[in-house]
Amino acid sequence: MAGRLRWQTGRVVAIREETPSSKTILFDVPGWPGHLAGQHVDLRLTAEDGYSAERSYSIAGPVDGERVELTVQRVPNGEVSTYLVDDLRVGDELELRGPIGGWFVWRVEELLPVLLVAGGSGVVPLMAMVRERARTGGVAPFTFVYSARSAAEVYYADELAGRARDDDGLTVSLVYTRSAPAGSHRPAGRIGQSDPDDLGWKPGAEGRVYVCGPTGFVEAVVGMMLDRGHDPSTIRTERFGPTGG
Amino acid sequence: MSADTDMGYVDGNAVIGAFTEVFGSDVSVVMLTCAACGAARRFVEAHVYDRGPGIVLRCPQCDEVTARMVRTPSEVWVDLRGVAAWRIPANVVI
Repeated sequence: MAGRLRWQTGRVVAIREETPSSKTILFDVPGWPGHLAGQHVDLRLTAEDGYSAERSYSIAGPVDGERVELTVQRVPNGEVSTYLVDDLRVGDELELRGPIGGWFVWRVEELLPVLLVAGGSGVVPLMAMVRERARTGGVAPFTFVYSARSAAEVYYADELAGRARDDDGLTVSLVYTRSAPAGSHRPAGRIGQSDPDDLGWKPGAEGRVYVCGPTGFVEAVVGMMLDRGHDPSTIRTERFGPTGG
Repeated sequence: MSADTDMGYVDGNAVIGAFTEVFGSDVSVVMLTCAACGAARRFVEAHVYDRGPGIVLRCPQCDEVTARMVRTPSEVWVDLRGVAAWRIPANVVI
């Protein structure tokens, strides 16, 4: 990470709806130093009386000049996410700092196979890795397992379908936990619940695993992998929860 | 968020920014040794409770408090008595 972290001003240049409860927000941040896939930013909102609240959000896209793209899930009663999803408009300015985190990241120089396991909005930093791989022509095999409640809650659905078809070496597998659309390869259920081979990744496999999602999801996936004999040193995790609001 | 995914904590990833701002280098790769149980774990693996007026880090091994941070408009107060040692990779020190 170059230099000390400091708050910068970002201006919203585009907003698009990802699902009914989430939006992708594109910021222009003058002087942005660039970032790695998997890193995040802190956003800070300050009220007129000086009260401020900050939250951490994963960056959804690969490095792109001074552009920073986030996808934000509305957390019911969340004091920051409700503002970002419901009230933010193109042209608005926000304080942010980053890029943050040098652990939950993937670089194109890393050639070993990668397993990405996403729960809900935990897909965001993992999607940044998939996009970075495509941007840089990365050759590391990627297996992407994405758990969502239903098809309506899948982020980046069209792009994922396209990448699953077009990106060499990328396998995408959607796991629906509540309702699976017609034609799904498995019935609705949690990862490993109905199909122990959901992850398609064998103990002893060489490579790295990234797991991101709500705390309970990450603990369940990691617990399952450790029970099956996976090496904990190959697994990197990021947990978030409703406290993120 | 359903109750079955809310375990009350997140992990150190959520507060890297707050600690990095104070310590001046990326804390995500720092290894913390718990003063209570001696387990050495990465900062990002800490269990983090960030709902109250401050941030509380607990050891993922024994659940003892390792670090606390409270920020006010005029200062940042950090209590690190639960950490026996910080191990910082040389390449992240600025």
